[in-house]
Amino acid sequence: MEIFGVPTQALFGQLLIGLINGSFYALLSLGLAVIFGLLNIINFTHGAQYMLGAFCAYLLLEKLGLGYWWALVIAPVLVGALGIIIERTMLKQLYKLDHLYGLLLTFGLALVIQGVFRNQYGSSGQPYAIPPALAGGHNLGFMFLPTYRAWVIVASVVICFGTWFLIERTKLGSYLRAATENPELVQAFGINVPRMITLTYGFGVALAALAGVMAGPIYQVSPQMGADLIIVVFAVVVIGGMGSIMGSILTGFGLGVLEGLTKVFYPEASNTVIFIVMALVLLVKPAGLFGTQK
Amino acid sequence: MGEILLAIKNLNAWYGESHILHGMDFEVREGEVVTLLGRNGAGKTTTLKSIMGMVGKRQGSVLFRNRELIHLASNRIARQGIAFCPEERGIFASLDVEENLLLPPQVAAGGLGLEQIYELFPNLKERLRSQGTKLSGGEQQMLAIGRILRTGAQLLLLDEPTEGLAPVIVQQIGRTIERLKKEGFTILLVEQNFRFAQKLADRHYIVEHGRVVEMVPGAALEANMHRVHEYLGV
Repeated sequence: MEIFGVPTQALFGQLLIGLINGSFYALLSLGLAVIFGLLNIINFTHGAQYMLGAFCAYLLLEKLGLGYWWALVIAPVLVGALGIIIERTMLKQLYKLDHLYGLLLTFGLALVIQGVFRNQYGSSGQPYAIPPALAGGHNLGFMFLPTYRAWVIVASVVICFGTWFLIERTKLGSYLRAATENPELVQAFGINVPRMITLTYGFGVALAALAGVMAGPIYQVSPQMGADLIIVVFAVVVIGGMGSIMGSILTGFGLGVLEGLTKVFYPEASNTVIFIVMALVLLVKPAGLFGTQK
Repeated sequence: MGEILLAIKNLNAWYGESHILHGMDFEVREGEVVTLLGRNGAGKTTTLKSIMGMVGKRQGSVLFRNRELIHLASNRIARQGIAFCPEERGIFASLDVEENLLLPPQVAAGGLGLEQIYELFPNLKERLRSQGTKLSGGEQQMLAIGRILRTGAQLLLLDEPTEGLAPVIVQQIGRTIERLKKEGFTILLVEQNFRFAQKLADRHYIVEHGRVVEMVPGAALEANMHRVHEYLGV
């Protein structure tokens, strides 16, 4: 069976790959949006923190024999704690300066972290097995659906919308949104804004690490894995609108699917389609599809 | 006369290199409404922000219930029982009216309940789901005052609550302040609208160049009117 002259297996296969990539785009751009919204920092270390999550899972398995499910909990906590140390010792000094300083610092940190891991583990990737409970797949008739990939998509959707709910529909989220607009006044209401900023950065970093753990069994665990992804993720954030939570989620999944479909219908453009969309969005709506001009 | 609730002694404040307050001295007693009067740029708003710890650098003494606040961060000052309503109202665009109203945490028992706030400002109840900044100027001011009444703070710092509002809304704000006074709240009010402040306050402090130059009791205001007019340039 064919759709638009393309076999359904190929079409849905690419759609699935698009959704998988979109899941990681959404998770990573969500973390970036949360961090940018409150800290006004463009966190270029995000890709390295995603890589740290994957390496943390790999090392937990290699050194301590702790498998995937343990890693899903431990890696985000450890990498998030490292993020908190970075925020307290370095980023905190930059809040009153131009965005550029935060970007330069986090970019430098990313190079250092990636360099250390490349030195230790080389450039080639380390394999990380799919957990037995999620091995295998299901033949849906029109395509074969690997269980692990279905899990990644479902888990990403749940995490993304859970985060959206936390920020848009809870009291804690109203503190975060208000502090994004006027931190000085929110603090004068009795809320400890500096602590909230620290925890928010830790949460955004933990999201990156969680994505890294989930990516381990799909891509290889390599020092370069974050650097390869982060440029696309920044394009996603720009298209969705810097700081927009829903923008990051919908744009992440949407652009993953668009990229997948481009691979089917016009493969030559598949690596550039996201950047073409970014250029068009910047021309028509500079604040992004869901963003508001600050 | 009530106990001294707030005592400001030799308060100095800076924004960056600019020295704004040059030794403010005044006090507010429990249950009083006290105004800071003065021309634009005299340092009235900076005084309120300095009490709340919202300026870059401050020196001197801010005693609240005999506790020194000068070295505390603004969130800890608020937790002592002081609430601030800023001149620009500070309504959050990303929050609806109800979220704006519920935003400041309760710092003590004794705050007004939501129904009491709706009774004071019925407009708010009808617009709970509206975006905060979509309200009219008067409604935004009601929201800005309403949300600090929930907190249980006993000292309210109100910065020009009537600025830019229609006369009918100014009257409503005036009635609200009178009622809050009757309910035992202590209010430090910064006002440009001298006629408005005149009817409400127990005492007036005249502020010039970042310091208090004269204190006029409410009862003695008529007798001192010509001097007050000179200070204010009315």
